[in-house]
Formats: sequence, C-alpha cells, structure tokens
Amino acid sequence: MTGPMSFDYAPAPESRSVVDLRSSYGLFIDGKFADPADARSFKTVNPATEEVLAEVGEAGPADVDRAVTAARRAYTKVWGPMPGRERAKYLFRIARIVQERSRELAVAETLDNGKPIRESRDSDLPLVAAWFFYYAGWADKLEHAGLGADPRPLGVAGQVIPWNFPLMMLAWKIAPALACGNTVVLKPAETTPLTALLFADVCRQADLPPGVVNIVTGAGATGQALVEHPDVDKVAFTGSTPVGRQIARAVAGSTKRVTLELGGKAANVVFDDAPLDQAVEGIVNGIFFNQGHVCCAGSRLLVQENVHDEVLERLKRRMATLRVGDPLDKNTDVGAINSAEQLARIRALTDVGDAEGAERWSAPCELPAHGYWFAPTLFTGVSQAHRIAREEIFGPVLSVLTFRTPHEAVAKANNTPYGLSAGVWTEKGSRILWMAERLRAGVVWANTFNQFDPASPFGGYRESGYGREGGRQGLAGYLA
Amino acid sequence: MSERLDVRKTYKLFIGGAFPRSESGRSYVVNDAKGRFWANAALASRKDARDAVVAARNAQPGWAGRTGYNRGQVLYRVAELLEGRRGQFVAEVSRGEGLSTRKAEAVVDASIDRWVWYAGWTDKVAQVLGNANPVAGPYFNLSTPEPTGVVAVVAPQDSSLLGLVSVAAPVVATGSTVVVLASETAPLPAITLAEVLATSDLPGGVVNMLTGRAAEVAPWLATHADVNAIDLTGVGDADLAGDLEADAAGTLKRVRRPAGAKTADWTDGPGTDRLGWTMEIKTVWHPMGV
Repeated sequence: MTGPMSFDYAPAPESRSVVDLRSSYGLFIDGKFADPADARSFKTVNPATEEVLAEVGEAGPADVDRAVTAARRAYTKVWGPMPGRERAKYLFRIARIVQERSRELAVAETLDNGKPIRESRDSDLPLVAAWFFYYAGWADKLEHAGLGADPRPLGVAGQVIPWNFPLMMLAWKIAPALACGNTVVLKPAETTPLTALLFADVCRQADLPPGVVNIVTGAGATGQALVEHPDVDKVAFTGSTPVGRQIARAVAGSTKRVTLELGGKAANVVFDDAPLDQAVEGIVNGIFFNQGHVCCAGSRLLVQENVHDEVLERLKRRMATLRVGDPLDKNTDVGAINSAEQLARIRALTDVGDAEGAERWSAPCELPAHGYWFAPTLFTGVSQAHRIAREEIFGPVLSVLTFRTPHEAVAKANNTPYGLSAGVWTEKGSRILWMAERLRAGVVWANTFNQFDPASPFGGYRESGYGREGGRQGLAGYLA
Repeated sequence: MSERLDVRKTYKLFIGGAFPRSESGRSYVVNDAKGRFWANAALASRKDARDAVVAARNAQPGWAGRTGYNRGQVLYRVAELLEGRRGQFVAEVSRGEGLSTRKAEAVVDASIDRWVWYAGWTDKVAQVLGNANPVAGPYFNLSTPEPTGVVAVVAPQDSSLLGLVSVAAPVVATGSTVVVLASETAPLPAITLAEVLATSDLPGGVVNMLTGRAAEVAPWLATHADVNAIDLTGVGDADLAGDLEADAAGTLKRVRRPAGAKTADWTDGPGTDRLGWTMEIKTVWHPMGV
C-alpha cells in the first residue's frame, strides 16, 4: 500500500428526541416561571446550524430585584435555618436527578453550546452530577472543613456564569453555595441559557423549596443589575478578566464577598525527556478540548528547542486526524464556535498573529456551510511579545514558543498577567515538582491536562481571579 | 373464611454476599422485647468467623481501589434502599427493642441519615485527615490516610440497627471491609439490613454479618492474623474486653475499647471520631529539583 489509508466515518448522530424544548422560556423566580416585567426577550441559537432553539426572557432590574427578594425570603425562612443534614439530602436528590436526566441535558448542552456530544456526555454531565454529590456531602460537615468552629452562610449569592461549560459552571456555583446554606440568583450566559432553564425543572422535581434557586436570563446588563443589587451578599463570577475587573470595582467599598474565576493563557511546557506521543495527546486535549473555549486551556505551548521539530511534526499529524463538524455526531472531536461574536474575535486575533509575523498552520478539514466554525490552528515562530502569546484567544488556536533550560521555561511560563493553570511534561518526577513550585498558577497538571474533579480546588493567581472552586477550599467563598 | 397464616423469614448469616446458615448447624432462640419467641437465629461458629474474614479480605483490595466518589454513591444507594424498606425496619426495631412506633421511626430515620452522613465522607476524609507537610528541605511531602484492611466489629447490644450502622458504616466508608458480630439479644435487624446491602451496589464481602455469642466468636476474631483492627464497642463484660484486647495484641491489631459504663446515645451526631481509627497515615517523600 502506498500513501495513508483514509477512513470515512458514517454519520453517528445522537438523537435530539430526548430533549423537549419549549419555544419560549420565562425567568425562574421563587419556584415558578414568569415572564419579565417588560416582556423583553432574546433568541438562543444552535451555533452549529444557526437555527433558533428558543426565545428566552431578558431580565431587567425589576426582575432581578424580584429574584433577589425571593432568594432573601427563602434564605431567611427556609434554607438558612434548615439543618445541614436536610440540605444535604436535597443536594443528593439533585445529583441523582441530574444522573437520571444526563443524556437529555447533554444533548441540550450540545445544541445550545456547540460542543461535541462526546464531551457534554462524558465530561460535562458526569462532572455536574459529581459536583452536587460532593458538595451534598459537605452540607452537614461544614464544622469539619477547617474553616472555623461555627461556619455561617453569607446569605444571597448572585452568580454569573459563562457560556463555555454552561451546566458545569452552574453546578460549580450552585452546589457549594447551597451546601453552605446560601440561596442563589444565577444568571447564565446570554448564548447558552437552556440547560440552566432545564435545571430549574430538576429543582422542581427535587422539591427544592421555592426561592432557593432562581434563574434570571439576560445579557451583560442583567448580570450587572444582579452584581450591583444592594441585597446580594456574595458575588461569584466566571468569565473574562475585563468583566471581572468591572465587578471588583463595582463591589469596592461594599460588604459583598467576591470570588472571580477569569481568563488564562496557560503554558504547557514540554521537556525533551517527555513521552512525546503522550505529550502530543495532552497538547491537543489542552487546546482543542471544547474548541479551546476553556479559561485554563494550554494555549501557549512551550517546547524544549531540541525536540521542537519532532513535536511539531507529530502534533500536526495528530491535528490532521481531528474530526471537526456536527457536534451531535458521536465521532466529532471539535464542534462549533459558540457564537458569531466569538468567531469574529478569534479571526481578528489570528489575523494579528499573521500580521506580527508568526506562521499559521491549520488542520486540513472541511468546515460545514452553516454555523460558526474555526479549524484547529497553530502558530509557530511566536515570540513573547506577540499578542497571540499574551492575549486570551478562547478558541482552537495554539501559539508555539521554545525554551532551552528549565529556568527559561519557568520565566516564559510566568511571563503573563494571568495565572490559572499550567502543564508540565517530563519523565522526571523531581523536575515536575520543581516546576510546580515555581509556576505561578492555581492548577498545575503534570503529564496530563484539563483534569477536573469536585474534590480538587480550581482557580487562579494574579489576573485570573481569586477564590477557589472545588474541594474543601471551595466552601470558603460561601461561608463567614 | 380462615385467617391467612403469615410466612416467616429464616434469619441466616451474611458472608461474602451470600446468606448461609451457620456451618455448625446451630441456632439460638431470639425473643422479642416482650419475651415472646420471634425466630431461631444462626449461632455463628469459629468456622463462620473465619469464612467471614476470608470474604472480607478478598473484597478489601477492590473496595479500597474504588474511588471515594464511587464508594460514596454505593453508600448513598444503601440509604435509598433502606428508606424504601423503612416500614419493615420500624416494625423490627420496635418489636426487638420494645420501642413505640414513633421512637422506632426516629431510630430508623437516624439510621438512614447516618448512611448519608458517611456517604458524604468517602471523598472528603483524606481532605480532613491528610495534609501536605512543610518539611525543611527541597521535598514534596504528603500524608494521606489509607484503609487499614479488615476490621472486626462487635456491634452495640442495646441499639440493634442505629448502633450497628453507626459502627459499621464508617469502616466501609473509608475503604476497609468489615466482619460484624450483631447484637446478641437483638440480631434480627442486622440480617434484614444485610438484605438491603445484598441488593444495593455494595460488593459481596465488604460487609459480613454474624449472629451469635460475643464470648464465643469474638476471641476467634481478636486472635485472627488476617484481621487488622477490632472494635469492642458491643462487649459489655469488662473482663472479656480486656482479654480480647490482649488477644489482639498478638498481631498488634488496632483496638477500639468499649465505651465503659456510660451507655452511648447513638442518636447523637456521629462526628468524625469513627473515621480515623481504621485508617493508616501514609507519607510520601519526593525530591524537588531540575
């Protein structure tokens, strides 16, 4: 045989029939769906097809106020005074219902977000259930968490989450907040509201008391109204660093507690003694998982100079096998970019990469005619001064830089205002630990990447935000 | 019309996920709280105890090898199934301990919640009992608790369900497997609980239940070389407890002494007291350097 064999994959689409979407959704306040006071709404679309999935209410200040009032009442009358043992059982119920409805929720997530069903089914949804399960167990054990003898809830939490892992981010926010005895008003992202609205039904099935969880959909203005509401005791935000800065300013001088999980520009450092095939898988997972819409994505590859060519050759060969397309297809590796706006941002920054002299290479793949798509791409010849080495692209774009010594790797890895995550690839254990000690990042993955677990704290140094989600430490942001 | 005659249950042992009679062929009379005949329970022998230890040992590596998350789900499943059989347990506890239905309901509810409490600990105990150690040198140094192995438990005599759950659940939550000698006078809820365990996702051999006489069976467990720890909570006779502790010294088993004259109130919050004693702290050193 000459030349490589080519495989054609028959389509293997996951059925949409498990999801029953309504044509429109109101706001979920005090246990009931209700239209916004001024009846404004917006459409949410499937980014893979541009098909409108549903019309969703846009919450204004009056709606946010109603939601916060409901949350306050539930906090004061029901949830705050409830023994942790009973709160725990509500959260266990939610975890179980999420497990029972996981396929439906995974398909809905893929429709609204554009991520491959393989990821929503095998990564997002199992983690959502696990997060509720883990924090359910803490609800009656707070005095054992090492956070003081008599830990108390804060009150009403206003939570604003991003579009990259919509239901998972909801779980990261709601599970610890409720476990600690707080009630919540959560605003999902404008482009991915659907699974949060389905989650409202999960709360209903669990008989969660009205007002404990409230979901207000909308865009930036809705989020701002929530964050700035005077009766919100705690603000939790996951999203971009610029918005995180605005929130930090907005709450300055108040008594509100804040946790922020913001952007990143993680270095993924590959030493010459690393198992290279394994490292290549890790590099691919690090930047192309979820279309690179990951705050902790390994978007800067730092590869030791003497293995640069070999790594790049293997990496390109591997990237050429990635299947880009229909997110509902079970064989798809890389799905759709979440929105036209995000696609434009990725295009603009990669154009800057060309203009500044880096060399672009994209995986040869056919992109669907409709929807928002960007082929897996890498840039070589990138210097630390290039904007594609400094700014978060939040897309399937890898910038490749080189280093010669471990000290140089550390210096380059830390040469960023961010500090969310980092990766190290080497067979030498002592070097892993030496690197981990010096990398200014909240999570360091060694010979692996993008690992998440409810038992493991996650969060950033520096301008990647403050506070940790997950683990025992994840309780701290919701307790006084 | 003649009244229908009820079908009674044969109460047997629970070993390795199966329900055998005692290999000795013996049984003993169990009366209810009013002194009326209730059932003939299996009277466990030395051989039964040894079989139970073998089953527990065989199940232990697999059980400890599960993730804490998975063990938590299994323990939570036990609570779910217990809740589904709540009425049956209320009736048994009420009849065996002579409690009013209301009091028996409170005991059963607390027993269910106790499984939930320990289900939550499976993936947290290492976060509370383990830690990174800031040693004075370029070393990564981490201490984590690991299950000790096979634990023998003499269950409380006076609290046939809640007391039993309170001593057995923490052992399995942390990854050890257990051989329980149930309350001598009120052993039946233990066997009914075994029916719940057998139909939950708990692997066979993780919990093994014996009924019989502590004075006869406990010494075989205390001297057994493949038992790592023994809980004497249910041993009421101080002399026997002392003898068992001395027996356990032969293989340096971890021993939990009985509470003494003070009667335990099992409805009290369980705390973390019973989590650590069946765990070994393992500390790993690794150099840091380029």
